[in-house]
Amino acid sequence: MTTTDPAAQGLAGVPLSLTPLNRKDFTSDQEVRWCPGCGDYAVLATFQGLMPTLGIKRENTVIVSGIGCSSRFPYYVDSYGMHSIHGRAPAIATGVAMTRPDLAVWVVTGDGDALSIGGNHLIHALRRNVNITIMLFNNRIYGLTKGQYSPTSEQGKVTKSTPAGSVDRPFNPLSLALGAEATFVARTVDSHRAHLTEVLTAAISHRGAAIVEIYQNCPIFNDGAFDTLKGADGGLIPLRHGEPITFGPDNSRGVVRNADGTLGIAEVAEVGLANVVVHDAHADDPGFAFALSRLTDTAGLATSPIGILRDVDRPTYDDLARAQLTVHADADERLAQLQGMIAGADTWTV
Amino acid sequence: MTEVTTVDHVVIRFAGDSGDGMQLTGDRFTHDTAVAGNDFSTLPNFPAEIRAPAGTVAGVSSFQLHFADFDIRTPGDRPDVLVAMNPAALKANLADLPRGGLIIADTADFTPRNLAKVGYASDPLTDGSLSDYQVHALDLSGQATAAVAALGLGRKEAGRTKNMYALGLLDWLYHRPIESTIEFLERKFAKVPEIRDANIAALKAGHAFGETTEVFANRYKVAPAPAPSGTYRQISGNRALSYGLMAGAAKAGLQLFLGAYPITPASDILHHLAAAKEAGVLTFQAEDEIAAVGAALGASFAGRLGVTATSGPGLALKMETIGLAVMLELPLVICDIQRAGPATGMPTKTEQADLTQALFGRHGEAPLPVIAAQSPGDCFAAAFEAVKIAIDYRTPVILLSDGYLANGAEPWQVPDLSVLPAIDPAFATELNRPDGEFWPYLRDEKLARAWAIPGTEGLEHRIGGIEKADGTGAVSYDPANHEFMVNLRQQKVDGIQAVVPPVQVDDPSGRAKVLVLGWGSTYGPISAAARRVRGSGRDVATAHLRHLNPLPANLGDVLRSYERVIVPEMNLGQLSMVLRAKYLVDVYPYTRVRGLPISLSELAADLTEIIDYQEGLE
Repeated sequence: MTTTDPAAQGLAGVPLSLTPLNRKDFTSDQEVRWCPGCGDYAVLATFQGLMPTLGIKRENTVIVSGIGCSSRFPYYVDSYGMHSIHGRAPAIATGVAMTRPDLAVWVVTGDGDALSIGGNHLIHALRRNVNITIMLFNNRIYGLTKGQYSPTSEQGKVTKSTPAGSVDRPFNPLSLALGAEATFVARTVDSHRAHLTEVLTAAISHRGAAIVEIYQNCPIFNDGAFDTLKGADGGLIPLRHGEPITFGPDNSRGVVRNADGTLGIAEVAEVGLANVVVHDAHADDPGFAFALSRLTDTAGLATSPIGILRDVDRPTYDDLARAQLTVHADADERLAQLQGMIAGADTWTV
Repeated sequence: MTEVTTVDHVVIRFAGDSGDGMQLTGDRFTHDTAVAGNDFSTLPNFPAEIRAPAGTVAGVSSFQLHFADFDIRTPGDRPDVLVAMNPAALKANLADLPRGGLIIADTADFTPRNLAKVGYASDPLTDGSLSDYQVHALDLSGQATAAVAALGLGRKEAGRTKNMYALGLLDWLYHRPIESTIEFLERKFAKVPEIRDANIAALKAGHAFGETTEVFANRYKVAPAPAPSGTYRQISGNRALSYGLMAGAAKAGLQLFLGAYPITPASDILHHLAAAKEAGVLTFQAEDEIAAVGAALGASFAGRLGVTATSGPGLALKMETIGLAVMLELPLVICDIQRAGPATGMPTKTEQADLTQALFGRHGEAPLPVIAAQSPGDCFAAAFEAVKIAIDYRTPVILLSDGYLANGAEPWQVPDLSVLPAIDPAFATELNRPDGEFWPYLRDEKLARAWAIPGTEGLEHRIGGIEKADGTGAVSYDPANHEFMVNLRQQKVDGIQAVVPPVQVDDPSGRAKVLVLGWGSTYGPISAAARRVRGSGRDVATAHLRHLNPLPANLGDVLRSYERVIVPEMNLGQLSMVLRAKYLVDVYPYTRVRGLPISLSELAADLTEIIDYQEGLE
């Protein structure tokens, strides 16, 4: 797995810890209150395991969440955190990231929080390329409100709010993110700890808006939503930059380019490895990553790519906005300058 | 020979098409008036449409200026002089001009087609229908074009200098010096010398025309108004408000962060602060009103001064986040530049109908301080105070202004920042419990909580919208704790009364039976009306509220000490309702919702009637 240009690292400016930290340093005294078997536990444990490896100061980590089961996440991490309001975490995190380049800023959100009530903030944070890292827990259901269908639920979903089956088509979250030209777009799975660690580490190391969709099982309201993908015969398509995209038993299946330019899936034995598409996460145009994102069929989830679909360097909104400012270091000079500014050019004396 | 008459005050209204440059003309006349040392007050009035159809009544833009040799409070109800650049401007404004008033009209645009467009069957300038007025029908456009002919401009551009020609003429008529406007034009058009020279030539030509012509039998002088010595500038409410926010942030040593979404009439705050990059102000034009306040709250969480500026519709959208700020107990300043509502209403017209939204418009028990500015220049002090209270008490504060204050201007004594009070953010930097813990909701004597910002070692903590356990700030669903916390948040806001000065009553004779109580921008009309009423030998007391929550401690006693309390508001009696509920005093609402400031002459006449009735009761 590749990371971004070291000169544009996402954590540049965040002070380093003078002493080594461990998992316990990122564990708060709050009792974790997710349902037994919830996929959120695995993500939390992975997160608490990877944070000490980043080498940054614990107190310079901020987690902002919205509303939903996964948005309880900040309470369980012993750093600075805000459990905010439904859908607004990317906006709040934008204010944090713009004003404090010395902080590692995470956003924790879910499919309802990010893609329904907060859709506008999500696409604009991605479009602007604010230096934040978004973990989107996608369980394809509303859990906290007890089981209504969500904007990622498959069409025909029978829930309490859709007893005759839902009729609207779901979002493909990564297609949406790529439509907003997000600079870092990835997907991982709650139960794949090593992959989760690798992808989240790459995401926080990316300078700019990074979004990681995490397939997360809700054992109460949508159990087994990702079972078709998991297991050796499953349809998860691991992506590695510079390598041919193969998956399935013995890597027998591969991603190929169709005659119409879209991507499709073929038996490697039939098409030959030379015809399997080689992954390029750094392609400047988001078109290739978008084509990859379309390999996820949002209905039955027979196949879905995981790993980093897109990772490109772009100047970040917050870096550019701060670069426009000039600030006197000296407080008296700042006040004197402000005094001149408020007087303006047209004054008279009485 | 032109005679010079000395008058104590004059109201001039410049009116023309939206594209005629009337706002600029008014603004420059105001500057020239400031230099002459008069007190002044202005009222810009323009359509919401950026380029309304030319020559129509809907497209008329006007700028009214009141200037005097004494301390004035309003831009005046009715103009003494109307400058009409086209038939639509005459049609739209003539009803406001008293009989005998002076009309200066640009005949160039009084063509049969333009006259027909606004429903004039014949030319009012020549058909005798204006015989009750002093009419000066002059070809301002033609004269301006002739004056700049030598400069080789195109016909259209030459014609556009007519506003400067008119300004020069008015400057002559009222003895205003034109030098500062010449300097202004030199700055504004430095990069386009031919436009600069043409505008200056037109301005001088207009002035010279007044000097040489014998069209005007009278020329007027208005002596300088006495004012405390100091350095002055002209300032609009939105500019003063922006500077007040900057001064507050500077005194607190905090970076100012503005999250905003463009909305009339608040957008100029975004513009002014976006232009303050050399002062370190960070502005964020958000995707919507909700993101604007969200980012501001994020900035406050991060240890900066988060501010958002909007108008009524935007305030409604921000309310959920403001409720979160109440729960988080973080500083946040929300500026609501009120406009006529509901819905889109009349975006460019003024109103005060967001008071109850500001006081009560949130879900749950969510008290917060509400402060209102009373004049354009006062927006500075009100904004500064909003910042100070927000930081001192760790609370969101709603600052109310309105379209009239936002766009109106007055002379303003530039404050000395060094004498403004210091503001101490007092960030928590150490553990605050004997057992070696940090409790983010441990409070000081003002009930303000500890504010530890990210990056502070050892004070890591989580805050959120879920009810807090007292002290620790941990998530709590305990019924008794919730009731305690609801009361505690209310007590904290109520406790701000300790820094709210007592309401001052202006009752010069000490014999008044009627008190007129106002808030916000009604200050001007109320104090001007009271002056007129007192001038007629009657007694009236006035008082004005800056703090709408908490109210001053002495307010109940003040209300009860008058036989009759009148509360003029540009809404249907919102403050009256609050006062009745809180003090059980039978205050009388006096309400006007016309999108314009309350008329001082109307208010004075009505007050006179009320006072005479009240005096007659005995």
